[in-house]
Amino acid sequence: MSEFFAMGGYAFYVWGSYGVAALCIALEIWSLRK
Amino acid sequence: MTPELFRFAAPQAFFPIAGKLIPWFSVLAGVLALAGLYVAFFVAPTDHQQGEAYRIIFIHVPAAWMSMFLYVVMAGWAGLGLALNTRLSGMMASALAPTGAMFTFVALWSGALWGKPTWGAYWVWDARLTSELLLLFLYLGFIALKGAIPDPLRADRAGAILALVGVVNVPIIYFSVQWWNTLHQGASVSLTRAPSMAVPMLLGMLLMALAAWMYSIATALARVRAIILERERDAEWLRLQRAAA
Repeated sequence: MSEFFAMGGYAFYVWGSYGVAALCIALEIWSLRK
Repeated sequence: MTPELFRFAAPQAFFPIAGKLIPWFSVLAGVLALAGLYVAFFVAPTDHQQGEAYRIIFIHVPAAWMSMFLYVVMAGWAGLGLALNTRLSGMMASALAPTGAMFTFVALWSGALWGKPTWGAYWVWDARLTSELLLLFLYLGFIALKGAIPDPLRADRAGAILALVGVVNVPIIYFSVQWWNTLHQGASVSLTRAPSMAVPMLLGMLLMALAAWMYSIATALARVRAIILERERDAEWLRLQRAAA
């Protein structure tokens, strides 16, 4: 499990990409719902 | 096109249909994204050169494809509105711009985070990266220009000119890796030859790209409904619909 999240040492880059993408999508959906 | 189809160019005909379609596209986007992420993280093998860092491409490539494609669709709607003076066209163009800008930002951001471990730099002034950055400014300029003009019909016309002039940037982005000696690699997926990557990698990327398509349709429909409500607030058909609800 922790090996998965470590992404072979590239955790910051991989999760930084997916995290910011998820945040952008969440913000867009939130702005459309209000 | 038949006259029957033209009926939906009127906001009052399109508004309820858009409302009915949104849940379908939202569910499709969610299911495809989950399947795509599963393939991206659990099925696709580790890249022998880039290690796990390459998994960024599953968000980067679909976002970059979408950023270019949405701009072309946006410019198409804008041009249609300019040529035919249809009310809905300008609204559709406005509805696509924020989603296009979002995907452009995600493509640039994920690209930077991929570039650091792979190239050793977050950013280089390479033709592909620079033209994609220009695309972000075109989206933001389009949104700002439309927002700066109070009359919606004049805003549509001004925005349409900007969108149509800016569309020349899209082939520049796409072909930049061939026309110039770029650090950014060439296309691994093309319509004219077999893709140069493993099948699970390709599958993950295509699933994520399809999810991005469905997401874009759902958000554009939701946004165009909000724009219709705003622009047609004094129209008789909306008053009647509100009274019925």
